[in-house]
Amino acid sequence: MIERNVKLMQGNEACVEAAITAGMKFYAGYPITPSTEIAEISAERLPKVGGKFIQMEDEIASISAVIGASIAGAKSMTATSGPGFSLKQEGIGYAVITETPCVIVNVQRGGPSTGMPTAPGQGDIMQARWGTHGDHSIIALYPWSVKEIYYTTIKAFNLAEKYRTPVILLLDEVIGHMRESIELPNEGEVEIYNRKKPTCLTEEYKPYKVKEGDIVPEMAGFGEGYRFHVTGLVHGETGFPTNNGKIAEELIRRLIGKIEDNKDDIVETDEYLLDDADIAIVAFGSTARAAKSAVDTLREEGIKAGLFRPITIWPLADKPLVELAKKVSRIVVVEMNLGQYYLEVDRVAGKYTKVDRFGRVNGDLITPQEIVDFVKEV
Amino acid sequence: MPSQLVKEYFRTENLPHIWCPGCGNGIVTRAIVKAIDNLGLNKDEICVVSGIGCSSRASGYLDFNTVHTTHGRALAFATGIKLAKPNLNVIVITGDGDASAIGGNHLIHAARRNIDITTIVFNNNTYGMTGGQYSPTTPTGDKGTTAPFGNIDTNFDLCELAKAAGATYVSRSTIFTTNMLIKQVENGIKNKGFSFIEALTTCPTYYGRKNRKGEAVDMMVYLKENAINIAAYDKLSEEQREGKFVVGEIYKSNRPEYTEEYQRIIDSFSKGV
Ligand SMILES: Cc1ncc(C[n+]2csc(CCOP(=O)(O)OP(=O)(O)O)c2C)c(N)n1
Ligand code: SF4
Repeated sequence: MIERNVKLMQGNEACVEAAITAGMKFYAGYPITPSTEIAEISAERLPKVGGKFIQMEDEIASISAVIGASIAGAKSMTATSGPGFSLKQEGIGYAVITETPCVIVNVQRGGPSTGMPTAPGQGDIMQARWGTHGDHSIIALYPWSVKEIYYTTIKAFNLAEKYRTPVILLLDEVIGHMRESIELPNEGEVEIYNRKKPTCLTEEYKPYKVKEGDIVPEMAGFGEGYRFHVTGLVHGETGFPTNNGKIAEELIRRLIGKIEDNKDDIVETDEYLLDDADIAIVAFGSTARAAKSAVDTLREEGIKAGLFRPITIWPLADKPLVELAKKVSRIVVVEMNLGQYYLEVDRVAGKYTKVDRFGRVNGDLITPQEIVDFVKEV
Repeated sequence: MPSQLVKEYFRTENLPHIWCPGCGNGIVTRAIVKAIDNLGLNKDEICVVSGIGCSSRASGYLDFNTVHTTHGRALAFATGIKLAKPNLNVIVITGDGDASAIGGNHLIHAARRNIDITTIVFNNNTYGMTGGQYSPTTPTGDKGTTAPFGNIDTNFDLCELAKAAGATYVSRSTIFTTNMLIKQVENGIKNKGFSFIEALTTCPTYYGRKNRKGEAVDMMVYLKENAINIAAYDKLSEEQREGKFVVGEIYKSNRPEYTEEYQRIIDSFSKGV
């Protein structure tokens, strides 16, 4: 019999454990509530697995160090919350254009600015999508339980490596701090993806050339004999800057396409009692937990409700949302902001069904009863 | 005909460079390469990290592992690289604005940690790339496009800043005294810790023109005539020092290096495994 490893863990702890399982070898961060445990646990765990932790002087330095470490060859992560997430945007853009894999955890809190440091909020949905300047695409994942934090953290690392892109993990304060028992996989039970390295002759290596059949260019690490250049300027296959508009357009379209054209692989959604549902509640993170219990209550009262839960927030789960819209007579988007994800749901699903929103920004969690009342009202 | 040094260490396919005629950046870049050549280092084990600015474009021309980062962040990127691959010789190329305005915080913290990175600041007393605005090293009273009536800020002494922050090797040289500069880069690389080398250079296009400093050559002559070696400088009176600046090895000390200290923590866990 295989021995099972069941552990009671906090969400933030599950994130670090999963990161280490995924191969994290470098963490740089700056303390901020409610993400601090991720830094503290990384500081404790990393040296024991031969990895490195550093507390940098601010969040811009942290994301910069993370990108540097990743270019040098180490799987890297940073974690933060609202104000720090704002500072990381410069680096996220750099990671996008240089195609540097890295994971950025944002344990959200109420904003804008210092906002409500200890209160939950889901107001960074659009910042995760568009926080850094310029045309780009992004991957953002949003788990709803400690167990799912574990699996989405591993997925975040895998997607970062596979698509050579920064991946954002959005967490809710309550789930980051919640304790649940989870069964940890044994070695070999989880799939770990590592960046594809070049095997060609060093003088033939073109750091930004995509080989036929590949999604992204092969990525050498520093010190491995492939001397190459990395720049945040628009660059061609050689990695060197160019002002050529055609090359610029090709690059930006490729960076967006590698994510948007692979949604079937990237996008993950979950559903609960949607088969015969008349009303679909769309929610993510901790709000989805309340929504699930609201579905049960509504069903008890004879209302055929169901839950649609995007685990991948970006890229948008547009296909599943359209299918959903064609099936139900109403969609209610519930989120702890004033309608950020709603805007997207309405954009793609609004042609097929009526889309309503229920949001709040007072730092209180949305309760199942409030969702029940709202659904009954609309 | 490109020299042996150019052929060996420059990415000749990316030349000519973007720098203006008479710009001092090429001289500093050559000095860095010459120091690397003198030390006989393996190109694969050298990583050059730069920020944003005219000077920071140097990384693209050099045949090492190179990163042209974001404005001011070269040292933060370099810190991640050095921790991930401590066997690399990490060299940071940065401008005065890059290093001490937007990147000032990263500079003092890298120095404080004494992480084994050699930083070479190309100090041309201005923001060259954006067209000659005043920088933290523009002398008080001098002009910039954003200081049309003369700069009222007090300028930084970068070497004193680096020393106070904890750098274990601090030196200054000019593009006129290149042999001194080469030697300093060599010693900076050899120092196991944070090395800070200020290379006084020229931006004839903006700073020079705006402040009527003459042609590129006149600006070099100015550097030559006003640079005083540290030993001589110490003997000068306050009055004699007026308008002069120190060059030479300003400070050296010995402190535990950051990545080695971290490795000790790792080793303490791997023992007995
Ligand atoms: C975040 C950010 N702010 C501003 C700029 C614009 N910018 C580019 S280079 C530069 C100044 C460079 O001056 P310095 O570091 O002294 O280098 P030099 O060009 O003189 O070599 C500025 C302000 C930028 N690229 N990024
Ligand atoms: S603007 Fe000044 S610093 Fe920039 S290349 Fe020209 S001379 Fe050199």
